[in-house]
Amino acid sequence: MNTWLRNLFLPNASSIKAEGVDDLFMFILWLNILFFLLIAVVTIGFCIQYKRRSVNQKTAHIEHSTALELTWTILPLILCMIVFFWGFNTYMQAAVAPDGAMEIQVTAKKWIWTFGYPDGSVAVGKLWVPVNKPVRVIMHSEDVLHAFYVPAFRVKADVLPNRYTETWFQATAVGDYIIPCTEYCGKGHSQMKAFVKVVSQQDYEKFLEEGDPEEKGLPPEKLGASLYVNLGCSTCHSIDGSKGQGPSWKGIYSAQHKMVDGKQFAVDENYIRTSILQPQAMVVEGYQGIMPSYQGQIRERQLVALIAYIKSLK
Amino acid sequence: MADVIASPAVHTAEHGHHADYLTDPAHKGIWSWMTTVDHKRLGVMYLWAVLGAFFVGGIFALLVRLELMHPGEDFMNAEQYNQAFTLHGAIMVFMFIIPSVPAALGNFIMPLMLGAKDVAFPRLNLASFWIYVLGSVMAITSILVGGVDTGWTFYTPYSTTTGGSVTMMTLSVFVLGFSSIFTGINFIATVHKLRAPGMGWFQLPLFVWGIYATAIIQVLATPVLGITMVLLVMERAFNIGIFDAQIGGDPVLFQHFFWFYSHPAVYIMILPGMAIISEIIPTFSRRTIFGYRLIALSSVAIALIGFLVWGHHMFTSGESALAASIFSFLTFLVAIPSGIKVFNWMATMYKASISLDTPMLYAVSFLLLFGIGGLTGIFLGALSVDIHLHDTYFVVAHFHYVMMGGTVIAFLGGIHYWWSKMFGRMYNETVGRIACGIVFVGFNMTFLTQFFMGSQGMPRRYYTYLDQFQPLHQFSTFGSWVLGAGLLIAAVNLFSSLRGPKNAPSNPWGGTTLEWQTQSPPITHNFVGQPSIEHNPYDYRHFKIPTDAV
Repeated sequence: MNTWLRNLFLPNASSIKAEGVDDLFMFILWLNILFFLLIAVVTIGFCIQYKRRSVNQKTAHIEHSTALELTWTILPLILCMIVFFWGFNTYMQAAVAPDGAMEIQVTAKKWIWTFGYPDGSVAVGKLWVPVNKPVRVIMHSEDVLHAFYVPAFRVKADVLPNRYTETWFQATAVGDYIIPCTEYCGKGHSQMKAFVKVVSQQDYEKFLEEGDPEEKGLPPEKLGASLYVNLGCSTCHSIDGSKGQGPSWKGIYSAQHKMVDGKQFAVDENYIRTSILQPQAMVVEGYQGIMPSYQGQIRERQLVALIAYIKSLK
Repeated sequence: MADVIASPAVHTAEHGHHADYLTDPAHKGIWSWMTTVDHKRLGVMYLWAVLGAFFVGGIFALLVRLELMHPGEDFMNAEQYNQAFTLHGAIMVFMFIIPSVPAALGNFIMPLMLGAKDVAFPRLNLASFWIYVLGSVMAITSILVGGVDTGWTFYTPYSTTTGGSVTMMTLSVFVLGFSSIFTGINFIATVHKLRAPGMGWFQLPLFVWGIYATAIIQVLATPVLGITMVLLVMERAFNIGIFDAQIGGDPVLFQHFFWFYSHPAVYIMILPGMAIISEIIPTFSRRTIFGYRLIALSSVAIALIGFLVWGHHMFTSGESALAASIFSFLTFLVAIPSGIKVFNWMATMYKASISLDTPMLYAVSFLLLFGIGGLTGIFLGALSVDIHLHDTYFVVAHFHYVMMGGTVIAFLGGIHYWWSKMFGRMYNETVGRIACGIVFVGFNMTFLTQFFMGSQGMPRRYYTYLDQFQPLHQFSTFGSWVLGAGLLIAAVNLFSSLRGPKNAPSNPWGGTTLEWQTQSPPITHNFVGQPSIEHNPYDYRHFKIPTDAV
């Protein structure tokens, strides 16, 4: 029963602190169930047992009972204090990252997550970490409030402009874990997600040296299709012709685009490259210049892949 | 001074001989209603207004749930969806639930319960109403003119930088706040000064205690919201920068200001609901209430401690661990008085004589649904667990259980309870009970699954979502239709009763409080002569149940 409930309510615990959070969650859940059943059974029971039998039926004139009222003041208070201290304790133990934790710089901006690794490399949308090692994320936003949340790890912290916030985790199982933005930030809020990719220490080092293995060996078009989602392009650009915050990519290669200043350009390789690296220079008529720049966050191979993908969208 | 605790027979004879407040020939026509200082007429106008707001807010809710049937776009794009959930929240909080019980039922019933002719400041009461109307018109205008997509919480810097009619909407909230403040001032003065002879503080009906405690919060907390809205407008209009991080301001400061009001605001929402339950349960149990003093004092305790817990909305916002710990501790303290009330109400039903008429069915529903709502608050007060649950659907489920499963259910119970007093007609009891059942089922279908959606990691304010959540979202959407149908049936049942003749008995339920000692509907001056009371409310030992009671 306990396991079934745990699986109903909680994703698999995948960090060292998650189990502790879950234990308290389950304690509170059982308290909830117990007290709810108490309230429901007694209330409905009284409705049945003391159903009115006659119009002038006499009722007991019980104004109060010090013993009862003390009981249901003190008992809940004790239970609440237990829950408070348990939650406080777990929270304080997790408040400071362990010494020597690996530091990742996290940048949030509408509507993509960017991660800076200790070796200086940068990746969009994917946070590669080694399993069983503490990771401290130091975060800031380039615009509005966002929030970094990994449900599987039970960690969450708001990400603020012009100020660093932080949290930390230590993953206990290899796998992919979603990071959904959890502070409302506008149109792309529900699509602003990234992934923590927990891998072995070996695979992590290989990633640092050779780049994302999921990208290696993929033909450019296929890589571009995957980047379309992972780099956040899909939030604003459709591939089926429908208008979003940005122009659809369907059939644009070789088309003519008119800019807000009236100039016309053919959508060729250079156009696409500039749009990604210096988007403010290429604002299409009928759209706002809100696309973030990917300068410094996108590798040459990824640019080539996106261009190939766009070309394929006839 | 005439003792007006006359038998019901006298009132039946008086029926039709005294014009009631609805048809008083001295106050006829639209203009007399628009300029009325009669608390009963104002209560009725407020009732239609808040029910109208509930309807509009409800439509937005149905639209939001409909869009969430499938991930991705069903019929709204992300921007339209963001506006829909914002307007659902803003309309429901500011135009419906905060005024609802105090302005509609509090206005109508409280002076009657006190044996008074009206509230302390009847003209201020009229002003409250028209300020509410002005604020509501401004809010509707802002929806039509540009829309608002900030969420009802207006967090900066999104709210200071996004387009749309944010300025007009926040100004309308500023205006609506004054309606609430004036009502609070009025009620405090009324309870202090206009009680009937013999009615000391501990002879007050518990509905009055609840409304009084609410009024304290309204007066102390709402000005903070007003100033916060003004600061937001100044930030948008003049870039003064107090919330702008780029020039040294702090966006989190907005959250402190906002929640300093908005947490006490949720007690403005629930205390009147609890106040209604404190009336319904003893009446339909025909038994004295258990623990009168603790129930009365717990209302004041909740009002006061409620000012100290706002930071529990901000555990992940960047507040310090020390602040978070203090707020968590105080949050658990404020839970205790609510628990005491629930147990005292249950104890009132022991060795009682219970009749499950519609108002009592709503009261029983309240015990179950507010029970869940209050209990799930414990998850959110616990620091380590809240980190996981904050800003997920778990929070959405929690607050709908307390606000809708609590306040709205109690409001519906109160409307049914006092309907015949207000309008002289009785609704159909069978239909009323069926509607209550449908509402109960529909409500749980809509919101129960949202608890585990949230703890599984489904964030709130999400337009689209992962496939794994679709079955739960669909079930919730079906639930919203059942809930809507139940509410519609309840509404039609109530409104169609207004076509009939005004022949409801003055005390159909056998209530012991003063409002039942005058005719239904009451005469304009409430009582013939100043009533006085000789015993405590809810004392059924020597109370004679009227022969025409239900």
